[in-house]
Formats: sequence, C-alpha cells, structure tokens
Amino acid sequence: MRRKIRVSRKLSQRIALGILILATILVIIPVLFIIIQIIVNGSGAISWEFLTQPPSDAGRAGGILPAIIGTLYLMLGTIIIALPIGVLAGIYLTEYARDNWLTRLINMAIMNLAGVPSIIYGLFGLGVFVLAMNFGMSLLAASLTLACQALAMTITTSREAILAVPRDYREASLAIGATKLQTVRHVVLPQARPGIITGAVLAMSRAAGETAPILVVGAAFLLPGLPQSPFDQFMALPYHLYTVAAHVPGVPEATMWGVALVLMVVVLSFNIVATVIRLRARRRRST
Amino acid sequence: MEHSTSPTAAQVLGKNLRRRWRVREKFIEGWILLAGFLAIVVLLGIVILLFKEGVPVFLHTPPWEFFFGTKWYPVSEPPTFGIAPFYVATFWVTLVSTAIAVPVGVACAAYLSEVAPPKIRETVKPIIELLAGVPSIVMGFIGLMLLSPLIQSMFNLPTGLTGLTAGIMLSLMSLPIIVSVSEDALRAVPNEYREASYALGATKWETIKHVCIPSALSGITAAIMLGVGRAIGETMTVLMVAGGALAVPVSPTEPMMPMTAAIASGIGNAVQGGLQYQALFAIGLTLFIMTFTVNVIADRVLERQKRKFAR
Amino acid sequence: MGTRMKKSLVLLPVIALLMMAIVLAGCAGGTSINITGSNTVTPLSSVWAEDYMDANPDVSIAISGPGSGVGIAALIAGTTDICQASRKIKDSEIDQAHDKGVNPYEIQVATDALSVVVHPDNPVSELTIEQLSAIYTNRLTNWREVGGDDAPIVAIARDTNSGTHVFFKEEVVQMDGLPTEDTSLEYGNQVLFLPSTKEGVNEVAKNVNAIFYPGLGYVTDDVKPLGIKRTDEDTAVLPSVETALDGTYPIARPLLYYTDGVPTGVLKDYIDYCLSAEGQEKVTEVGYVPLP
Repeated sequence: MRRKIRVSRKLSQRIALGILILATILVIIPVLFIIIQIIVNGSGAISWEFLTQPPSDAGRAGGILPAIIGTLYLMLGTIIIALPIGVLAGIYLTEYARDNWLTRLINMAIMNLAGVPSIIYGLFGLGVFVLAMNFGMSLLAASLTLACQALAMTITTSREAILAVPRDYREASLAIGATKLQTVRHVVLPQARPGIITGAVLAMSRAAGETAPILVVGAAFLLPGLPQSPFDQFMALPYHLYTVAAHVPGVPEATMWGVALVLMVVVLSFNIVATVIRLRARRRRST
Repeated sequence: MEHSTSPTAAQVLGKNLRRRWRVREKFIEGWILLAGFLAIVVLLGIVILLFKEGVPVFLHTPPWEFFFGTKWYPVSEPPTFGIAPFYVATFWVTLVSTAIAVPVGVACAAYLSEVAPPKIRETVKPIIELLAGVPSIVMGFIGLMLLSPLIQSMFNLPTGLTGLTAGIMLSLMSLPIIVSVSEDALRAVPNEYREASYALGATKWETIKHVCIPSALSGITAAIMLGVGRAIGETMTVLMVAGGALAVPVSPTEPMMPMTAAIASGIGNAVQGGLQYQALFAIGLTLFIMTFTVNVIADRVLERQKRKFAR
Repeated sequence: MGTRMKKSLVLLPVIALLMMAIVLAGCAGGTSINITGSNTVTPLSSVWAEDYMDANPDVSIAISGPGSGVGIAALIAGTTDICQASRKIKDSEIDQAHDKGVNPYEIQVATDALSVVVHPDNPVSELTIEQLSAIYTNRLTNWREVGGDDAPIVAIARDTNSGTHVFFKEEVVQMDGLPTEDTSLEYGNQVLFLPSTKEGVNEVAKNVNAIFYPGLGYVTDDVKPLGIKRTDEDTAVLPSVETALDGTYPIARPLLYYTDGVPTGVLKDYIDYCLSAEGQEKVTEVGYVPLP
C-alpha cells in the first residue's frame, strides 16, 4: 500500500512539473513565432529608400520616412508633457502627501488611469484637445492625448524610484541645513534618475505602438512633408500599418510586414534601452 | 580673519535671501501640489466628458432600450441604438481570453517562480516581456492573416473571423501581465512557508499546489483582474478579427463586435454632437465603468495581498 | 558622472534624429491644400496629389481618410479645404453647413462601380438586386437557394465609417428605384461589418462562403466578380469601367469632392487637374471609373 502511494506522488509530481514547463513553452512559442514571422516577411522591404523616402503611389511604393519621424515626434511630445508632471507628482506623493483620504484618492485615480482602454483616451483627446481646445487633428492634440495615457506610468515609476532612495540620504541633507526642496532637487532626484528615465523610456515605447487613440484623434494618411510645428498634421507608424494593411488596395505584402518590422524595432529598442538603464543602476546600487 | 562687512549687514542680507528662496520654493511647491492632483483631474475629465457627450443619447433612446436593445442602426432614419450585441461580445471575447491566459499564465508563473533555475528565469522573462511589446495592430494583423483561416477550418465554421479568434489573440496580449504579476505574488510568499512544507515531507509540486498558490491567491487574483481589464479594453485586435456582426452572439465561434470595436467602427462617420456621436460616447461610458470596476477590485485585492505579508 | 553620461547617450541619438528630421523636412512655405474624408476616395486623391505636387512643387497637399462623415464635419467646421466623400451630403448636413456660413459645392470627380465578389470556387455567377437584398437582410442564408452549393452564405459589409455602407443599403438592400423598393429594410444581424474593404476582399478570397461589395479598385484576381441583373429579365452585367460608364452596370456611385463655395485659386487649379484628361487617366489606374 505504502509503495503505491509513493509512486503515485512521484508520478503526479513529474506530470505536474511537466505541465508547468509545457505552459511556459506555450507562452514562449507564440512570441518567437510572431517575431520570426515579422522579421522573415518584413526584412525584404527594408532598404535605405524605405527608411528615408516618403510614400508614393498611395503607400504602395516609396518609403515610410514621415511615419517614422511622426512616431518619433509623438514619442517626444508625449514625454515632454508626461515626464515633468510625472516627476513632480511623484515628488508630491513621496515627500509631501500625508496618509489621508486625499492621497488614497490620488493613488486610486492613478491606478485607474492605467487601466482605461486606449480608445477611451482617443475619445477624450477628440472631445477635449481636438474639438474643445480647437487644436485640430495635430501633433499637439495627439501628444496631449498620449501623454494623458502615459501619465499613470510616469507618475508610478517616478514615485517608485524616489521611494527607493534611502532615508539616510534625505536625513543627511536636512541635517546640514538644506530645505526639503533643496534636498529633493540635489540629493533625491539625482539618485532616482535611472528609475525615472527607465519609466520615461517605457512610456515612450508604449506611445509609439498605440493605434486606437491616434485613429480617433486623426493621424493623416499622406503628408507631403514633415510636420513643422506642433499644430501640423502628422503620420505615424502604427496608423500607417493599419492604413496599408486595411485600406489601400494592392500594397505588396512585404511592405506591410516591413512597416510592422520597423515599428517593432522602434518599440523594442526603447524597451531594451530601458532595461539596460534599469540593470546598470541596480548593479551600481548593489556595490 | 576680519570680515569686510559688519555682521549685522550680513545677517540682513541672509534674511532677505532666505525670504526670496522661500518664496521661490513655495512657488515650486505649488507646482508640485498641482501635479499631484493632475491624475485626479484627468480621470475626472474623462468621466465628465464621457457623461457630457454620452448621456444626451438617453433623451433619444431610453436607457432600458439602450442597454437591453439588440438593434444597432446608427445611420438609419430614424436611428436605433441597442448595445446588447456589444457587451455580450465583449463578454465572450474576455471569457475566451481569460480561460486560456489564466491557467497557462499562472502555470508559467509557478514554473518561473518555483521550479526554474535562475538562468532559465533570466532568459524566459525578457522573452515574455517581448510579447507585451508587440503593438496591438501587429497582433490584429497576425490574427487576420494566420489564425483566422486556421480557426475556420479547424472548427468548420462559415468564417474564421470570430470571437474565438479574437479571444485567442487577446490571451496572448494578457499573458505577460498575468505571468508578471502572478510571479511577483508567488515570490512574495515567504520561504518559511515552503520550508515548513518540505519539512512535513511534501514534494515540490505539493508545496506549490497546497502552499504557494493559496498564499499568493490575492496577488494571482489581481493578476487575473488586470488581464481581464486588458482584454475588455483592447481595440485594434478585436476590430480586425472578431468579425463585426451585429447579432447578439450565443457562442464564441460566431462573428461579433465587442464594445471597443463598435466605437472604432463608427467614430469616423459620427458628426460631432450628432446622435451617433452621442451613442458612441455612451458606449465609451459603459466601457469605462466596466474597466473602472475591474481595476478597483484588482486594487483592493492587491492591497490585501500586500497587507498579508507585511511584517 | 555615470548617470550624466548615460543621459547624454540616450539624448544624443534623439537629438541626431531631430536634426535629420529638420534637415530633411525642407523649407516651409508655399500654399497648402487639406483634403479629408472618405477612405474610399483616399487612394485616388493620393495619386492626384502626388502628381500635382510633382508639377507644382510649392503646393503641398495633405490627405487623411477617417471617413466621409468626418470629412463633411470638417468642411462645416472650416478645418479642411476639400472634403472627399463616397456618399452624397445629407440634407441635415447641408442645413448645418448653412448655419455655419458654409456653402457645400459638389463636384463629381470619378465614379465607382461596386463589384459584388465571391470566392472563385463558388459556382454562382450572377444575382439580381432582389437576391442581393435578400442575402444582405439574412432572408437568404444558404447558397443553395440561389443556385449554388449547400453552404451557408457569409455576407460581408463595410461598417458605418464607410460611405459605402449607406450607399449599398439604399441602392441594393432597400432596392432603390425598383418596384420592390422598401425603405424599411436594414442590414441583417448576421452580416459581418468589417472595418476595411481590403479585409473584406481578403475574407472572400479565403472563404468559399463569403460575399462582399468592394469598389472596383479593390478587386483582385483572388476573387470572382458576379454579374448583376437589375431584375430577372435583364441580362447580367459584369462590373467594369465600360459598363459603369455606359450605365448598364446597376450598382455605380459617384465619388465626390465638396468645397466651401465654388473653388478658386490653387483649389480650382488642383480640381481642374483632377477633372482633366490626364487626371482622369489616373482614375482607371487606381481602379475606379473616370467621368464620361
């Protein structure tokens, strides 16, 4: 009797662990499959012309430069707006806020902003920035919209980064007579900088990949030149992918995958930069 | 050493400088305070806008008819707005996505947290993060070109553009967050619990099953809720592969139109302030309330998890 | 020192790209034309715009295709010069425009034949308008009922973002102009409303059961156009440039430009180009039907 139980326990252990490994493989396979598909199908379209020329023939030929530049402008616009606010809000939450209902409300608001569907941000941007503030379908309106979406991430990562600075640093600074603000500016922030920048880079990468908000706020299909001012219209990579895949007849398949590839490269390179910054900072702190 | 200025003058100078510092600091601190409240302002702004633009539709269509009506004809004259097909579709797509992503995701998290050697952990985690970085439009594209014909032939359906297809692509998109948060929850379980379990003679699997997962249940639940929120709110993928039919779906293998796709499918035509515009914002309001509820639940559950293991 | 260097490492490529962008952007100035509206007309406008800009380098034309409705709204709001539309402006919209002091001026720039396509292996090769209406109201649900195989009909349509949605509903589903006309009919609830014409064509190419109505310019060799008969007694006509021009093909619709008042200056020059022989040649290239 005892031997039978022991065997079945060992067996169920093996099976169970096997299933866990299987689950992990089940997660990894689609990732690799998708990445490989994009690389294999898209690299055929990549050329110097593809990356530096504007589209011609309604997107069937030529390149995607305005979409790349537009996406970069969007990322920049988003972070220029979202980062300072995120850092200031992070400072407020760690250094000034008291543990009362107001702070809990703010924290709940932040958490909810993170979960709002991107199309709702699109509707918000349309109603407020495009129409009410009359910015039109411009880089400014789109950046403001994406910045609202990025706000949750920049506030959270800034707050975490500032919280992680040891209290001793602050106390030492206050002990030699610095004010709270001086402490924050000269001691806490420099220490928190890697964490803050990591969050900023991740927020930019997320902004690069968003389609729904700019679909609603209004990216352009074809622009003859590049946006000269924040009030100009713009093209963007995810919207361009949607347009050539869904709306323009006769686009060569390689072109569609090529746009997807460029978009993935942009998003991933920013993710990698963020990870590198995070790892470097962690290593430095542990020495 | 002799100072060139008398002590009294220096004191006065110092006091003036300090006052100017204090004024400037108060000014900057004002901005900090403002920034702190901005999150609330934006959230409130979203709620107010959705209400302001969406609620007027109820003057045209009574709420009962709006929420339980099954006919959506926004461009007919007269238009009818019944959104039952949309939230039922959202339900199906979310159900499929969760049914796949939760078991697989939690199992994967358990493997990474409890079983995997550190080298494998360090390799697999970035790969899963990669999945989170794939933009939704690319996922929709892949679902369209590769998954949909497969589903059509496998289940012998009239078309592969179904809630099932969308649900599968969505599960891929929820997996990274479910794995990540579940793994954090599992690693937060104190080692003493595991050691006690081994000391009683349990195997690794028995420890995972009877000790680790139950202890981390709050965190895992929060992970599930976050994944559900992601699935409810996703637009581009479902727009491209869920099928877009207006019937109230009774099975996930039907083509359907979730709420996010319904908004995206009409916003290009809706004239500002018109009835269709209002109806779409009303759907947005409904959607927002759904995701808001899910997020609040997730937050509460995560708080409970943190409090449980705080020493 | 370390973090400062790291910060500049991140900033440097960003600044470099910015400078490249500014350099590549070229000089500003010159006149600009804004065209927004239907995504059906967008490929046509793009080709015209490109050629016009090649010939007139100091004019820049921006095009976006969020939907006919948005285009009309933009015209009324004064934020666009030309509204491209695949449906006629509604009376209520004309009233709204007059309220804002805008006078919509309609110019037909091309015609589009809506081609009804099925999978090449589908044995059915012609349908009447009445049968199409029955299919799209889900009264006919099996191909066997129209002379095909025993298989379910998957009717595909465009979503409300597209002007085609309304046009097809009025012309075909409601059978405008036929004795069987019925303006109370709506699309059936089994109909798939897809966000793009290409996706609809893709689905028909992959799915033996599907049927869809893309514009002529979207028809590929992977799908089979059906001959359409107005009534049972007529002969079935296949969609083509010729049959659309001579009016024998029953489902053709105008592609329109709307401006505020009669166009002048650069606008007039551009539109004149579009309507010229050279411009109309481009129409066939894109796949639509030029004006007679």
